[in-house]
Amino acid sequence: MSEGIGAAVKRKEDKRFITGSGRYTDDIKLENQAYAAFVRSPHAHANVKSIDKSAAEAMDGVLAVLDGKQLTGDGIGNIICGWAITSKDGSPMNMGAWSALATDKVRYVGDAVVAVIAETQAQAAEAAEAVMVEYEELAVAANIEAAVADGAPQIHDNAPGNVIYDWDIGELADTDSALAGAAHVTEMDITNNRLSPNAMEPRAAITKYDAAEDHYTLYTTSQNPHVARLVLSAFYQVAPEHKLRVIAPDVGGGFGSKIYIYPEEIVCLWAAMKTKRSIKWTADRTEAFLTDAHGRDHVTNAKMGFDADGNIVGFKVATKANFGAYMSLFSSAVPTYLYATLLSGTYNIPNIYCEVLAVYSNTVPVDAYRGAGRPEASYLVERMMETAAREMGKDPAELRRQNFIKEFPHQTPVIMNYDSGDFEGNLNQAMEAADWNGFEARKAESAARGKLRGIGMACYIEACGIAPSAAVGSLGAGVGLWESAEVRVNPVGTIEILTGSHSHGQGHETTFAQVVADRFGVPLDSVQIVHGDTDKVQFGMGTYGSRSGPVGMSAIVKALDKVEAKVKKIGAHLLEEPEENIVIEEGTVKATGTNKALGWHEIGLAAYTAHNLPPDMEPGLKEGAFYDPLNFTFPMGCFICEVEVDPDTGKTEILKFVASDDFGVIINPMIVEGQVHGGIAQGVGQALLEEVVYDENGQQLSASYMDYTMPRADDVPSYDVLHHNTKCTTNPLGIKGCGEAGAIGSPPAVINAITNAIGNNDLSMPATPSKVWAALGAAKIAAE
Amino acid sequence: MQNTTYHKASSAADAAAKLSGAEDGALLAGGQTLIPTMKQRLAAPSDLVDISGVEEMRGITVSGSTVTIGAMTTHAEVASNAELRSICPGIADLAGHIGDPAVRHRGTLGGSVANNDPAADYPAAMLALGATIKTDKREIAADDFFQGMFSTALDEGEMIVSVSFEAPAKGAYAKFPNPASRYAMCGVFVAQGAGGVRVAVTGAGDDGVFRSADMEDALSGSFSAEALDNVSVSADGMLSDIHGDAAYRANLVKVMAKRAVAAAG
Repeated sequence: MSEGIGAAVKRKEDKRFITGSGRYTDDIKLENQAYAAFVRSPHAHANVKSIDKSAAEAMDGVLAVLDGKQLTGDGIGNIICGWAITSKDGSPMNMGAWSALATDKVRYVGDAVVAVIAETQAQAAEAAEAVMVEYEELAVAANIEAAVADGAPQIHDNAPGNVIYDWDIGELADTDSALAGAAHVTEMDITNNRLSPNAMEPRAAITKYDAAEDHYTLYTTSQNPHVARLVLSAFYQVAPEHKLRVIAPDVGGGFGSKIYIYPEEIVCLWAAMKTKRSIKWTADRTEAFLTDAHGRDHVTNAKMGFDADGNIVGFKVATKANFGAYMSLFSSAVPTYLYATLLSGTYNIPNIYCEVLAVYSNTVPVDAYRGAGRPEASYLVERMMETAAREMGKDPAELRRQNFIKEFPHQTPVIMNYDSGDFEGNLNQAMEAADWNGFEARKAESAARGKLRGIGMACYIEACGIAPSAAVGSLGAGVGLWESAEVRVNPVGTIEILTGSHSHGQGHETTFAQVVADRFGVPLDSVQIVHGDTDKVQFGMGTYGSRSGPVGMSAIVKALDKVEAKVKKIGAHLLEEPEENIVIEEGTVKATGTNKALGWHEIGLAAYTAHNLPPDMEPGLKEGAFYDPLNFTFPMGCFICEVEVDPDTGKTEILKFVASDDFGVIINPMIVEGQVHGGIAQGVGQALLEEVVYDENGQQLSASYMDYTMPRADDVPSYDVLHHNTKCTTNPLGIKGCGEAGAIGSPPAVINAITNAIGNNDLSMPATPSKVWAALGAAKIAAE
Repeated sequence: MQNTTYHKASSAADAAAKLSGAEDGALLAGGQTLIPTMKQRLAAPSDLVDISGVEEMRGITVSGSTVTIGAMTTHAEVASNAELRSICPGIADLAGHIGDPAVRHRGTLGGSVANNDPAADYPAAMLALGATIKTDKREIAADDFFQGMFSTALDEGEMIVSVSFEAPAKGAYAKFPNPASRYAMCGVFVAQGAGGVRVAVTGAGDDGVFRSADMEDALSGSFSAEALDNVSVSADGMLSDIHGDAAYRANLVKVMAKRAVAAAG
């Protein structure tokens, strides 16, 4: 089956993307369209004393100048976090109020205060500059340490000490006693650097209000339009759910940042109703840096204990997580159930304890970003393993091999139950491809040229396919995390798949069609994927956490099962053969053992003409399904990175990068390889280049590409992407997911390689040339 | 971007006239700094006088060892001029590593020199080559021209027409790019010419391009990378930012100087 599961077919959607024919939110022009511009706080923490809108209101083209008191006065609700976390002491998390337009206080630079609606974008921008906001500046806590310090400024009244929650998981006493009895304990302080998501397409919204119907439409850059509609209606009271259509057309990258519902969408919908105009807003890159939810930003102390043979006996972790100024939609889940539950890594660890202190600061809200919690876990576990091996004088590969989980299913001490895997298989494959054993010779060759060569590995595991609804519900999630699909076989036999998943670069229009082509043997071109429009598609949960394969495709499979059953019934009836003899092959419905057959289109036609269907069968051929996953899925892999460091400048060059992943069943190897390439590029970005930096006043020092270092083509090597797959046992296709793995596994591999090269384990991300140079200097001093 | 009136100048004199007639005008060369600044609404000139197409301000002439480069010559033209490359490869290499291809085909030498960005490449070349900056009013020695970051000897409304210099016997530029912007985090141009050895450093100093007398002295004795081994570069006066502190930049000054000397041969 050349177009089915496993075929590297070219992406159907790319023709429109590469010919400039994509239709993104900003490409849409509505009748009667006006523009919004936002007045944003220049201060990280201040009381809003007064707002003088008179000058702006008098300017040419200005239609409305709207503030937070008007917004709340109209009953628009606060932005919420949808996952309730309970602290150690049983108290609920302290969620501070977040109004889409600040009412009396601003809490980060970029906080929206006023929205100006004008005839043109330029007029809106001009008038926004004329709005006079009087601020009373307050003391600022611009990072975790400042936020938790004694006497720190109080950011939200209901979060004393800026603590959102103080949560834990695992067994403290058992872990402490395991560490006390350990032959060796490795302890590290590890920072996970704060990142800006930088989707190529900035966020945008265009809204329409139909007064006659009292109906709203929102086009927006969303990864989950149904969730957006639900939250906008149920929590923000912007519009009733049945009177609100949310469309996420072509979306140019999300990486998590487009999961959340931001102030701008709320304000544009509300302003459309207020002004009876369609309202458009498109972020510029500066607004993207100032307002898109950031990722990571953890500070952690960790202790890992080993017995005399090198077996891990306990792992104790204390993490502080920076949430920024407000709790974004899924922020609370990231450093808890998406992080601490992965701290067993790929290893047998009998005792784990992790506590997480979530804190507010005067910075952009932080939420899920490609990997969301699992990169932080993987980085921590794999740096600990590498450092422990070096401290104990053990071979880092052998220490990992010795501690690998080898039997499945495996219950970790931190909730997760791994269903499958062959960790040694991936390790062996990666070591062979990396010529691990030839490293010393290459290192000597580098040394002869005055360069420092290093090699490092990471054996990551992560959790995708979020997740069984009852399980996440019991852990505090406000929603279920199933997915929906509808399969419509048309009278002529072409097929439309309506999916609750959303494609913003992943290639669903191709891979989802491949699943259908594989099932019925119909041509790929006869299958159309419909997504991203709440008026077209049944309620769905959207795309994040690498869930479109394991969850979204499983829903499609479930609907296909129902279609297949009906097709077989119709075929049996028309061919006058027993149903159990009917098979579907290569687009033909056949009776085995006979030469009787029907073309695929004949089945569709029979279903819709309904002239001759089995007794009591309804006409038509359309089936829907909701799929609730049985478990998370667990992609894992071994990444090996080899670097060369220039000791004079501290600059690192990645010479080789091998990725051996276990993604379960792969639908399209070319698309999977692309996902791995992109993921590793983002991971290399985190490891070597990227960091959001704030000064002590809460001003971003890295809010443009002049200072925020995005990975470029010459920063990344040519990757060796390999697979050693084991089938996932908990979903129908055996898929594990691949969208985030590259970003999860690569940072520790890169840093482990650099620390190997320079002989100093004390190195934080991003390992910029200046930091590596300083770490080399420190290593030299230590050696003297 | 705010409203502005665009004018295309036909000559240097025409540009000067148009500029003086504007309420709050600005000269537009390649626009690689000015246009992004305007798009961010940080600059809002009433009038833009585009001099990029002025013929008399374009082109490269090599006469004996004297090189003259029109102010509106693009980086790409400097990088690809065979005559210039054969007589002064250092400046051609420098131009070939500014920004990206789009920048190199719009950005101009004159625009860069007049802006005197503390991390720009050309100021180091001008200073090390002892260039003469010719404006529509006078000639200014490079040593007098660069007066601290974003500050030059240019008067209000004065425009650079060309630069000229004597090609050195040896000369090369070594640059360590800022990882994000790819401007120079430290760029060192070394030249050994009739007037002696000159070493100019861009990107690293906290007040723009500067010459290093210590390194010039050391290289005057022996023009070799090893001659710099015993020169210590102080962190005082070096820039410190999120990409590297003053000590790191001081280190880069020495490392890049040695590499430039090695490249100069």
